[in-house]
Formats: sequence, structure tokens, C-alpha cells
Amino acid sequence: MKLEELLTRLIEVDSVELEKVEIDVEELVMRVRQSLMLTRAGTMPAQTPAVAEVRQELRERVSFELPVDSYPGRIEEVTIGATRAEGGSRGYVVRIGGQRSLYLFEGGWSNRPVVSFDVFDIPQPQFPKALREIWSEYWDSPAEWAREAVRRGADLITLHLVSTDPKVRDTPVGEAAKTVEEVLQAVEAPLVIGGSGNPEKDPVLFEKVAEVAENERCLLASANLDLDHERIVKAAVKHNHNVLSWVSLDINDQKTLNRLLLKEGLPRDRLVQDPTTAALGYGLEYTYTMIERLKISGLKGERELSFPVSCGVTNAWAAREAWMKVPEWGPREYRGPLWETINALAVMLAGADMMMMLHPAAVQAIREVIDTVFSDAKPEDTLAWLKV
Amino acid sequence: MPRVSPLEVYRNLPGTNCGECGEGTCMAFASALIERRRSYGDCKPLVSEERYAEKLERLIALVTPPVKEVMVGTGERACVLGGEEVMYRHELTFFNPTAVFVDVSDDMDEEEIASRVKAVESFGMERMGQVLRLQGIAIRAKSGDDTRFGSAVMTVAESSLPYMLCSTEPEMLEVGVEVAPERRPLVYAATEDNLKEVAELAASHSLPVAASAASPEKLLELVAELRQRGVEDIVLDPGTAPPGRGLGRCLENMVVLRRLAIERGERLAGYPIMGTPMVAWLGEEDEVRAAMRECIIASAQLLRHADLLVMHSLEMFSLLPLLTLRQNIYTDPRVPIQVDAKLYEIGKPDENSPVLLTTNFALTYYTVASDIEAGKVNCYLLVVDTEGLAVEPAMAGAKLTGSVVKEALQNSGVDRKVKHRKLIIPGMAARISGEIEDATGWKVIVGPVDSSRIPAFIQEKWSPNGQG
Ligand code: B12
Ligand code: SF4
Repeated sequence: MKLEELLTRLIEVDSVELEKVEIDVEELVMRVRQSLMLTRAGTMPAQTPAVAEVRQELRERVSFELPVDSYPGRIEEVTIGATRAEGGSRGYVVRIGGQRSLYLFEGGWSNRPVVSFDVFDIPQPQFPKALREIWSEYWDSPAEWAREAVRRGADLITLHLVSTDPKVRDTPVGEAAKTVEEVLQAVEAPLVIGGSGNPEKDPVLFEKVAEVAENERCLLASANLDLDHERIVKAAVKHNHNVLSWVSLDINDQKTLNRLLLKEGLPRDRLVQDPTTAALGYGLEYTYTMIERLKISGLKGERELSFPVSCGVTNAWAAREAWMKVPEWGPREYRGPLWETINALAVMLAGADMMMMLHPAAVQAIREVIDTVFSDAKPEDTLAWLKV
Repeated sequence: MPRVSPLEVYRNLPGTNCGECGEGTCMAFASALIERRRSYGDCKPLVSEERYAEKLERLIALVTPPVKEVMVGTGERACVLGGEEVMYRHELTFFNPTAVFVDVSDDMDEEEIASRVKAVESFGMERMGQVLRLQGIAIRAKSGDDTRFGSAVMTVAESSLPYMLCSTEPEMLEVGVEVAPERRPLVYAATEDNLKEVAELAASHSLPVAASAASPEKLLELVAELRQRGVEDIVLDPGTAPPGRGLGRCLENMVVLRRLAIERGERLAGYPIMGTPMVAWLGEEDEVRAAMRECIIASAQLLRHADLLVMHSLEMFSLLPLLTLRQNIYTDPRVPIQVDAKLYEIGKPDENSPVLLTTNFALTYYTVASDIEAGKVNCYLLVVDTEGLAVEPAMAGAKLTGSVVKEALQNSGVDRKVKHRKLIIPGMAARISGEIEDATGWKVIVGPVDSSRIPAFIQEKWSPNGQG
């Protein structure tokens, strides 16, 4: 008989014959005696808590249950990329979202978070040194850059067509479309296609690239409240792509924009949301909390928010702690990648499904975390640290 | 959401609106109690008048957080763990920021121990007007020699820092406790195998104890027994495994414990949680890799409700991200951190010094001010009230406008301090430069986008008389 059962019975009935119970461990005998004494005499040694409390605790102990919640909602599952069989040319597809619960121990998780590497259509000399050192060798050719990114562990590639901005190079959309084709040919990874953020040019750009990447099921990044999102939705639907719904840290804006995109005809399983990633030390808590709220609302059944979340973790590099040479802060060649890693970790634990990143060491570290978080390995010998 | 409504709390207040608490009405005081801006003792009638005894008792039960506050150490640097009321910061806010303890072990020589202790004690890194600190020392009994352990504890006890005694052997812990029980060390750890002896040791000195077990169920059993044996202050250690060897489970176990405490009302789980990220050093030769991994584990545990972390590295590159994350997550979401909107003098400005403009969002102000100080620029910094928004959000939300700047300029009296009429504004505010000129009559100079370039900008461009 287990100690718990015994004690519950002791509590239920008022007396018990000890001989009938077999207890071999001296320790248990002691505990039972003590409880018995408490039950009968109603008095206790000065330091022990009140009888009722002990009983209550023991009851609770008997009924230990994992605190699993039930959720009426479900996060949509979005597929990025399409293989030959599906009409595209990707080597594999990536699925994000699809959760039916907030935590792994509650069950209902089918997909792990994924990592996308940022690739730009023109060189990025303003990059911090740590990033320049790695990528400058490749940045004259987006296709080379993408190939190297895949070699460094990308699940997806995000191709930012920043040069199309009239204030940058005003690259014609036809030329940008060629870049997209080159990258599609260079790698098998599914593709995220980013605009320049220019509200006039982006809709035109997305119409063109959606067409040349027809059926590749890319993620068009992004639609926001300041531009003609309907044109982007129409292009995505017509040519078989997904759309990223991007707002800046405002949950009501997110709801409004999602609602509009759906109304304009975007199927639910083609919407990914991006609440904006503020850097660690520079407003990360806003992002962290917004993602938690998105996930919780989505699972509670708020259908206008139940979509997977993507984060531009690369923003971590906007923090001066990530790149500035300050001797008291320690060597920046370690500090920078770690800054990006912790930024990614935070949004991931808040519930992000996809992290857009830049430093290979950070990507490697975050992959290790993903493997770890999703492994079912039982912790062993957790006191070993005493002897490090 | 906080667990209790103001109305529930109100019912257990005197209801006389006497105003002695300074809140004006009992209802206002009820809200303040829930938000933990005030404590129940501030209602003098309630705590002093016999007729309110029952109300008082009920009120205490209502406002006591589901996660007990446990104090480690004594004096100014004593540290309080736990006290949380919510699972998610948006539901209210988090309270006592995660304490970071750094380890020493008794096989280090005295000098090394003393220097690590000193490093922790004097560690202070200013960020946004707050000083980021480390909280305490974890002393590991590694040598197996109780004299060595005792003297290591003595060395640490000479400092002002809280400390924890780490061993699974009761005799060893006893030696450590006896050095200075009045310093209120945390006794680590009570396990399945030593619970009785450790509980007795801690109970006899009323010390806090960490219970360690790698499953939440087992842990709750240990807690029940510790309580039965008279231990009141407990810290939960669900164990920390290295990545790939069970860390995922450990993180989930922290969530399980916190949810039991907060959302299921399980009192056995209602204690602070701890982690030992220094497992990253197990079998790792490369110190940089170990420090990075330690920072990652610690950050993950911090985000999964850990109230106490034991670390090994003292490297700034790995501590800074962790401590910054802590600062972010423990920022009260109800109030953006602001500074007073007024005129600040940086360095020793005179009548020819430049006047710069920024917003009253603390992050913005401190970033700008520290850049100016670092560049040894003497100037006036005019901080305008944007309701705590940074420059860009303030621009986007129309909180930084010509008329706002005009009012700030007038109130500051800066026109009596400088001879010129030139105002340097953030590059991000370029859009409203004309608007400011029209409203104020001052000449506006658009500065760099990032404040780190202010010193160079001033050197190149500033002249109180010329056109620049
Ligand atoms: C955190 C954040 C918020 C927080 C604000 C927190 C706060 N207390 O300020 C919240 C969520 C409230 C918010 C709200 C909004 N935001 Co917002 N937000 C951000 C975010 C992520 C970071 C801003 C920040 O903290 N920067 C750090 C501080 C230190 O920067 P700073 O004040 O600008 O100071 C720097 C410079 O300006 C300069 N500087 C400062 N002072 C001075 C002085 C001189 C003399 C000089 C030379 C230089 C200088 O140096 C400093 C250091 O580099 C940015 C995106 C980003 N990554 O930048 C978006 C961002 C600023 N937000 C944006 C928007 C649109 C908004 C909203 C209108 C929309 C919304 N979501 O509701 C609202 C507006 C506010 C309102 N309610 O009216 C846009 C602005 C777009 C634009 N350019 O117009 C941004 C850029 C996001 C985006 N890409 O869409 N936001
Ligand atoms: S002191 Fe107490 S009774 Fe008086 S107003 Fe405040 S809460 Fe009410």
C-alpha cells in the first residue's frame, strides 16, 4: 500500500489498526505515527503545521495531476514551399503553427519552430563587423548568399528585395523578379520574399514576384496597414503563396489587418503574423508579451489571431550592445551572436514559430535549443553540477 | 488578471473612507493593494482596531501572493525570491526579479574565493537609470573536506552578500550553517535521501531550504514533508540538465510548478523556483562555449519563471544579455519607464553650448545622455513629455509636435541660459523641423539618426553664431 493511500484512509476513518498494514521503511512508520498522533490527539509539536493543513496537503498529493488545460481554439498550420509533386520546385516544405495547446507537456504540438536566414539583393556594407566578416564574401550575388545560408543551417531563406525602394536603387520590379528566380534555382529551401517597405512600390513588386514564383508557395513579406494590401492578397491567391501580416506591436492593429486580409480572400491557412521584433534591451518585452497574447488568444478561440507567428530576430543587431566596441561589455565577437541568440530564444519561448536570423553562430545555438526543447529526454543526475 | 478583484478586497476594508491611508477612498486603496503599490498595513484602522480582526485575516489571505516570498541573506543586500501572482506579465506584472547567484567551490584557494566574491559584490552595470547587479554566492562543497568547506563559507560570510550552501551531505551543510546561521543562508539541497536531517538542520535555525527532485510530483512530496517537519521557507529545484540531456523537460517542469501554484491554487507548489544553468560547464573544455550555453540556459529558465539562478561565468559578454533580458521582462507593463520632462545640464554648459532635444522615454533619455557624456560634450538636453514614448513611436503617434516643443522650450527657461536660438533635434524627427521653427522661432538643426554620433556631429557642425 502506498503511503498516500494509507494516510488518506487515516483521514477518512477515524481510527485504524496499524498491524494490518505492512510498512517496511522505518521512515514511513515514523510519518504514519506522527499523523496518527495528530489525528487522534489533535495536538501537535510546536513546529509542525496544523492538522487540517497536513491533511489537505496529503490529499492534494494523492491527486497530483499534470496541469493540462483544454483549449477551444487551434493555431492554423501554414505550409511554406511546394515540392515538384505539388507544382513547385522546392526540395522540401516547411510547416509552421498547428498547435492545439500552449505547452508541449499538454500535447498537441506537431511542428517545431524554424529558422530562416536573411539574404539581401544588394551588399549590406552597413552591417556590423561580425556580420560583414561572414557575409561580405557572398553578398555580390544573392544566389551565392542563399546557397551559403543553406549550408549554414537555414530551414528557409528570406530574400529581402530592399534595392527596389525608390530611395535606395529603385531597382525595377522585372529585375527584382530575376533575382527571385536565381535564388529559387540556387537553393531547394522554401522562400520568404521581402519587399523594401516602400508602400507604393511593394504592392507592384509583389504582383510581379508572385507571378514568377508561381506555385512555389512562398511567404510574401509583408502586408501592412499602410499599403494596398488587397493587391498583395490577390497576387498571393492567384499565384499560390502565403502572406505575412505585419503590424508594429499593436494587438488591435493585428486583428484589424488579419481581418482585412481574410476578407480580401486570403485563405486562413495562408496567413502568418509578425508583431514586430524589438531588440533585446530596446523594447523586447513588448514583443514578448504581444506574442504571448497572440498565442493565448488564438488558443482561446479568437479566430482573428490564431495564426503562426514570424519574428525578425535580426533586429537584435539594432541594439548597440550587439555590435559596439565597448571593452567593459566583453568581446563583441561573442556578445553579438549571443545577443541575437537570446533575442531568438525569448520570442521562441513566447510562442514564435519562425525566426528570421543573420548570424550563423546564433542560428546554430538556437537550433540546439530547439532540439533540446523538443526532445523528450528525461533529466538525469541533476545534482551533478555540485561537482563541476 | 490579478487573482482578486478590487471589490473583493474592498469588502474586507473598513469601508469608512477615512483617508488615513492617503488614498482618499477605501476603493482606491483596494486597487492600490492589488497592484501592490501599497500594503495592507497602510490601513491603520484595519490593523489596529479589534473590530476589524476578522476582516484583516481575510484580507491577508486575499492579498498574499500564491508564490511565497522567501528571503535569503540579511541586511541591505538580502534578496527576496518569488512573490509572483501571475503566469504572464501582461496579466499584471512580475515582481521580484530573478536573483543571479555566482558559484565558488571549496577546492578554490581562499584568494580566488575572495576575489570572486568581491567581483559579485561590486558588480554594477548601469542601464536605463537602473544598476544591474548580481545577487549572491553559491558555495559548493566539492572537496569532501568539512574544514575546507567551513573556511570557504567563512570567507564568503565576511561579505555583505546572501549565500547558499550547496551539498547533499547533511553533515557538510551543518558545518556551513554553523558558521553564521544568523546570515540566513539558503540550504541546498533537501533530497529524497537526506530530507529528514536537512529539514531538522534548517528548521532548528529557521532557514530557507531548497528541495531538489527532477519530477514535479516528487518535488511536491518533498515539500509536504519539509513543511511537516517545520520548514516554512522553501525553494523548488526541479533540476537543470544540460541541453540534449533533458533540459527541455526541466523547463517544462518549471511551467508545471508555476501553473500549479498560480492557476490551480496548489500550495505545495507555491514557492520560488530555482535553476542551475552552470550545468553548462559539465564536461565542457571550451570556456567561451560554456559561458554562452550557460547564458542560454539561464535566459530560458528566467523566461520559464525561475526566481533564482546559479551561474559560474563572470564574463560580461554572457552576463549582459541575461541581465538585460531580466530588466526587460521585469519591467512593469503598466508604466513605461519615464524620466522627468525638463531641462538637463550635461557636463558644464555655458551660454554658447548647444541645446539638444529628446523625449522622456527612459530608454531614449539614458541612451542619449550617456552618449553625450561619453563624448564629453557640454550641453543642455531638453526632454519633452511624449508620454513616455521613444522618438519614433512619438513621431508616429503625433506626441512630438511643434506645439509640444514650443511649450517645453518655454517652460524650460533655456532662452535665459543661452545666447543663441538653435535647437538640435533627433534625425528621426526631421519631418517636423519646419513645424518646430514656425512654432518656436528657433532655428532647427537636424541631428544624426543615432545619438552615438552626437559628439562627432557637434564637433563638426556646432557653432553658436554661424549658419551651421
Ligand atoms: C517599442 C516600440 C513601440 C512601443 C513604444 C514604447 C515606448 N515607450 O516608446 C509601443 C508599442 C507603445 C509603440 C507604439 C507605436 N509604434 Co512603435 N515601435 C517600437 C520600436 C519596436 C522600438 C522603439 C524604441 O524603443 N527605440 C529605442 C529608442 C532608444 O530609440 P529612439 O527614442 O528613437 O532614440 C534613438 C534616436 O532617435 C536617437 N535620438 C534620440 N534622441 C535624440 C536627440 C538628438 C539630439 C539626436 C541627434 C538623436 C537622438 O538616438 C537614440 C538611440 O539610437 C520601433 C521599431 C524599432 N525597432 O525601432 C517601433 C516603431 C517606432 N513604431 C512604429 C509605429 C508606427 C507605432 C505606432 C503608431 C503604431 C502602433 N503600433 O500603435 C504606435 C505609436 C505610439 C502611440 N500609441 O501613439 C513605427 C514607426 C514608423 C514610422 N517611421 O513612422 C516603428 C518604426 C515600427 C515600424 N517599423 O513600423 N511602439
Ligand atoms: S485608511 Fe483604511 S479605512 Fe481609511 S480610507 Fe484607507 S483603506 Fe479606507
